[in-house]
Amino acid sequence: MTNTGTPLVELKDISIAFGGIKAVDKVSVDLYPGEVVGLLGHNGAGKSTLIKCLSGAYKADAGEVFINGKKVTINNPRDARDQNIETIYQTLALADNLDAASNLFLGREIIGPGGFLDESRMEAETRKIMARLNPNFHKFDVPVSALSGGQRQSVAIARAVYFDAKILIMDEPTAALGPQETEMVAELIQELKNQGLGIFLIEHDIHNVMKLCDRASVMKNGLLVGTERVEDVTEDEILSMIILGKNPKNKL
Amino acid sequence: MNDTLKSDVPTESHKGAIARFLHATEIDTRLLGMLGALTLIWVGFHFYGVIFNNFGAFLTPRNLWNLSVQTSSIGIMATGMVLVIVTRNIDLSVGSMIGVIAMSMGLLQVEVLPQIVGIGHWSIWILAVIVGLIVGTLIGALHGWLIAYRGIPAFIVTLGGLMVWRGMSFLSAGGRTISPVDSTFALLGGGPYGAVGAAGSWVVGAIACFGVAYILYAGRKSRRKHDFRLRPMWAEYFLGVVGWVTIISAVMLVNSYPWPKGIVRQYGARIGQDLEGTFISHGFAIPVLILITVGICMTILVTRTRFGRYVFAIGGNPEAAALAGIDTKWVTMKVFALMGMLTAIAAVIASARLNSATNALGTLDELYVIAAAVIGGTSLAGGVGKIYGAILGALVMQSLQSGMVLIGFDSAIQRIVVGVVLVLAVYLDILYNKRVK
Repeated sequence: MTNTGTPLVELKDISIAFGGIKAVDKVSVDLYPGEVVGLLGHNGAGKSTLIKCLSGAYKADAGEVFINGKKVTINNPRDARDQNIETIYQTLALADNLDAASNLFLGREIIGPGGFLDESRMEAETRKIMARLNPNFHKFDVPVSALSGGQRQSVAIARAVYFDAKILIMDEPTAALGPQETEMVAELIQELKNQGLGIFLIEHDIHNVMKLCDRASVMKNGLLVGTERVEDVTEDEILSMIILGKNPKNKL
Repeated sequence: MNDTLKSDVPTESHKGAIARFLHATEIDTRLLGMLGALTLIWVGFHFYGVIFNNFGAFLTPRNLWNLSVQTSSIGIMATGMVLVIVTRNIDLSVGSMIGVIAMSMGLLQVEVLPQIVGIGHWSIWILAVIVGLIVGTLIGALHGWLIAYRGIPAFIVTLGGLMVWRGMSFLSAGGRTISPVDSTFALLGGGPYGAVGAAGSWVVGAIACFGVAYILYAGRKSRRKHDFRLRPMWAEYFLGVVGWVTIISAVMLVNSYPWPKGIVRQYGARIGQDLEGTFISHGFAIPVLILITVGICMTILVTRTRFGRYVFAIGGNPEAAALAGIDTKWVTMKVFALMGMLTAIAAVIASARLNSATNALGTLDELYVIAAAVIGGTSLAGGVGKIYGAILGALVMQSLQSGMVLIGFDSAIQRIVVGVVLVLAVYLDILYNKRVK
């Protein structure tokens, strides 16, 4: 399969610096519908920072973002959501003192008659989506601090999936999960991919990358080392890109 | 699979009767604890009086009525302090704000407005209250702006405020006491005339009873619509009966406290009748009705609006709230502006009750307000707090204070006891939370 046509997302020459340190330096990556692009690199390579420029958590110093070929400005998380970009953060970004429904609808509450929160409808909707994503989930009336890691993860995923995301950013979605739950996330990624979503996947586990991703973009010290189709490279070649910061393909 | 499914369906058999009861009625155990503590304090003071002074003065209509009035101003501010503390902030300036707001309202109605609209004009109290609310909201908003947009810690901003506003309230009239306030304004502070009387109290009681019934009915209807777990019918009836009995007892209590003889005579002379020996009920005091209204509005604001949801989200995880697209700075500023507005309401009550504005009004109130919120279960770590808890906390604090006055403890001992109780209450709360986990 080759990617033709307009990419769903195109990040062009994105740069962002913190106190003189260039966390991301002129990095360009793109993402097509129905594709999973892995973002790889050591801690501090700049992958999370790059992705936060897309999710609105940071504002890039320079560079352009195109969605479906159209240039957009993303200054804050709301702008990103308006572009149907949803993010599952590594920290999950859940308010621990609130229940699952409150977290799922945080910032996008359903408002009923009189301008008040429609709690019942939000909980009913939460029950529906959770029944699909994690049928074992039943703790709807406790704060999410009382949930297990996997359950919290499914709340965070439900939040991203519920609002018809077109572009999904997943920052190490399986880092805190057991093997069974990891498998569940893998199945979900496959399903979302088939629905035509584009997914940026930040992942450390090289096996998961080979299994889940179509392409892999490797970063080191804020620079893009290269982007390769996963089927064209070996695990070792990707590892050497991560460690040495050199793209073996360039030699050819 | 079956095991996990069950977790939602309560397995009642292995729980005790009390746990089953609490589960069915969904009563907050913290609420029960506070009511228990309150009962203990009330009964304790009463019987201390019975035993050592030959007279139990605490559980009398007169004392409980006074207690309700004394609780109002701290209670109103405590509801706002809940939101401030929930967002991981603090407001040390509310006592001094009371001073400066009361002084501005006092000067306005005693020295400014009479020259413009004439002495005793009907609009004086309304204008004074409106100006007070605006001053309070603006001061609060200024604090909020410095905290949210300029990044100065709330502790520092409001500590500065504590000194600045107290100084301002002294300067505003060179330390004079402004008195007496407008006669209609004075009614907002309570007193025999500042209460709604027997008939009025029954009307309030009827509305409250209707409200309780409606809340239970609407809640059940909404749960049925979405197929959520319903409370057993007996639990619904139990809650309804408890609510009604509480409301009706409160009405009967405030109605059984008569006007003093002198006031009856004065009133009789004014309306040209001989009322000697007539029993005229106080009924609910106006400041208490204001407190109840504020409590209901704040509860709705906290539990049923986006703003309330965002306040708690910020307290639980500020980063998550920001990533969810919430404008955390704007929400924080609004919380402080709201605190300022509630402080203004408290200032109205405090100065009306005193029938004067003094520059020292509200001194140390900030500590009682914070203590009330914390005793009511607001966590200083943020994210946790209840409006009704804060009001009950204020009632606990005030009960302790007036109880000690009644049995003749001097103010030094009062402070020691209140201080010890504050620390003890928070410690008990920590123990309770550990056990729950």
